Amino acid sequence: MSLEATEYPTRNKKALLTGSNLEKILRAGHFAVTAELGPPQSADHAVIRDKARYLRDCCDGINITDNQTAIVRMSSLASGAILVQEGLEPIIQMVCRDRNRIAMQSDLLGAYALGVRNVLCLTGDHQSFGNHPTAKNVFDLDSCQLVKMVREMRDQRIFQCGEAIKGREPRFFVGAAASPFAAPVTFRPYRLAKKVKAGADFIQTQLVYDVDGFEVFMEKVRALGIHENAYILAGVGPLKSPGMAKYMRDNVPGIRIPDRLIERMTQAGAKWAGKKNEELSREEKEARSEAWKAEGIKICIELIHKMRAIPGVAGVHIMAIEWESAVKPIVEGAGLLPRPRIIEPDSPR
Amino acid sequence: MIVAEQKKLDEIRGSVSGARKILIVGCGTCVTVCFAGGAQEAAILASSIRMANQLDGQTCEVADVTVQRQCEWEYLDELADQINGADAIVSLACGVGVQAIAERFPNAWVVPGLNTAFIGMPTEQGIWEERCAACGDCLLGITGGICPIARCSKSLLNGPCGGSEAGHCEIDPNIPCAWQLIHDRLEKLGKLELLLEVQPPKNWQKARDGGPRKVIREDLRLTHKE
Repeated sequence: MSLEATEYPTRNKKALLTGSNLEKILRAGHFAVTAELGPPQSADHAVIRDKARYLRDCCDGINITDNQTAIVRMSSLASGAILVQEGLEPIIQMVCRDRNRIAMQSDLLGAYALGVRNVLCLTGDHQSFGNHPTAKNVFDLDSCQLVKMVREMRDQRIFQCGEAIKGREPRFFVGAAASPFAAPVTFRPYRLAKKVKAGADFIQTQLVYDVDGFEVFMEKVRALGIHENAYILAGVGPLKSPGMAKYMRDNVPGIRIPDRLIERMTQAGAKWAGKKNEELSREEKEARSEAWKAEGIKICIELIHKMRAIPGVAGVHIMAIEWESAVKPIVEGAGLLPRPRIIEPDSPR
Repeated sequence: MIVAEQKKLDEIRGSVSGARKILIVGCGTCVTVCFAGGAQEAAILASSIRMANQLDGQTCEVADVTVQRQCEWEYLDELADQINGADAIVSLACGVGVQAIAERFPNAWVVPGLNTAFIGMPTEQGIWEERCAACGDCLLGITGGICPIARCSKSLLNGPCGGSEAGHCEIDPNIPCAWQLIHDRLEKLGKLELLLEVQPPKNWQKARDGGPRKVIREDLRLTHKE
């Protein structure tokens, strides 16, 4: 067996597999846009509805994070159901940290019954990062195995144990993540190939700022034929400040931010650079923050233009963390509005 | 080997408070090698308890003894008189030894003097690292002799996750990423293709998740048919 010979699952290239809007957009050949919404650390449904307002009509699907960084938040399933009520398209994230295969399949059945049509399968951040570091973790499955399980529930109508699903099966558009710059970098395209081999329909990547590095990654992805077997959405996101950029560069695994971009962010606040932070009035600080944010959005738009030019990139996934209001100006600035609407009378349930 | 660490003196004393005759029982196997509960540690613990008691104005008798293995009846049986004559036993064995004493001597009050840490080995003087999680279904043959169940923080079978950074794990820069180690070793051996297979979900039934485990070897049993 050679390293380069990967066999991907056969796909029905004509008919839609699911009732997912994201699938329809991608199948129709549109450059897709997804965004991210972080649920609240409370039981307040209004937070979801308020944040969703910023994302309405400017993306094709909304990722709902699953207790990201291992901090307890409203479940992605419940938040996703609220988005469905709002007439929006959730992509619920599901991590392997907190639930075993029994609970995950149960939640998949429930999520589908509530109208969710997309699932992003993730390993999950270790609980030591979050606010319950003394918790026991699960990791019964890993992300590749989760992808395969969701896919087989749809295509083979079986549970993970092999038993048939009697009655309606959950038909999810199955997503997985890729981190192009995590270690070992040379193995990353192969690990992505494994996820597609396991059955991923679409891929969302970690935040990319180093476009040159991403092109090298994509070259290998194309050589392995991954882009022909799954839709790849490049992860992008607006930087909020030079400090945040440096923090992410130094502390988040798999994130590379070229010095050039950090310099641009710094320059955006140059007008206030003569004074120390504590010498700035509140108004000055706000003005500086606005200048940084405007530059961050501008950089993000440029990144999207560059991503569109890379063969094999089918869309972008915009991660504006706790800054959902940035998404619309970014999508608009990138010339991606209005989002296409696809009405297919014969689409699956 | 089983690696353990001694509990704090205060905790040990607290768990046997009120006892007039205390017996410290060391173990001559794993915990001797990791300097946690051998003859030397048993003697030191006995004198520490005596000194602490003296400072607190308490009087109690503290003796110590060490057997070859606390996890085998034949070695424990040698201690029957000493154990039955004590008010409290502090076992300096792993959790197996503590339970063996409890099971063999129904009237003995036994408490642990160690925290059993893991199955591992010394990687350098004074450092022990976990190597095996006793999952009951060894997969080292496909991972280049490096165990992802014991050594990957998430026990992934299709790693490395996105948290692998410059050779270490996202949870601690001092913990090597097991999947980086697996990747590098298989690459050197020219067997990287082993990592391209999607490994199926693990059968955790053979691990602790399946309930308490037992190994039965009929060929070795003494009680079967003549």
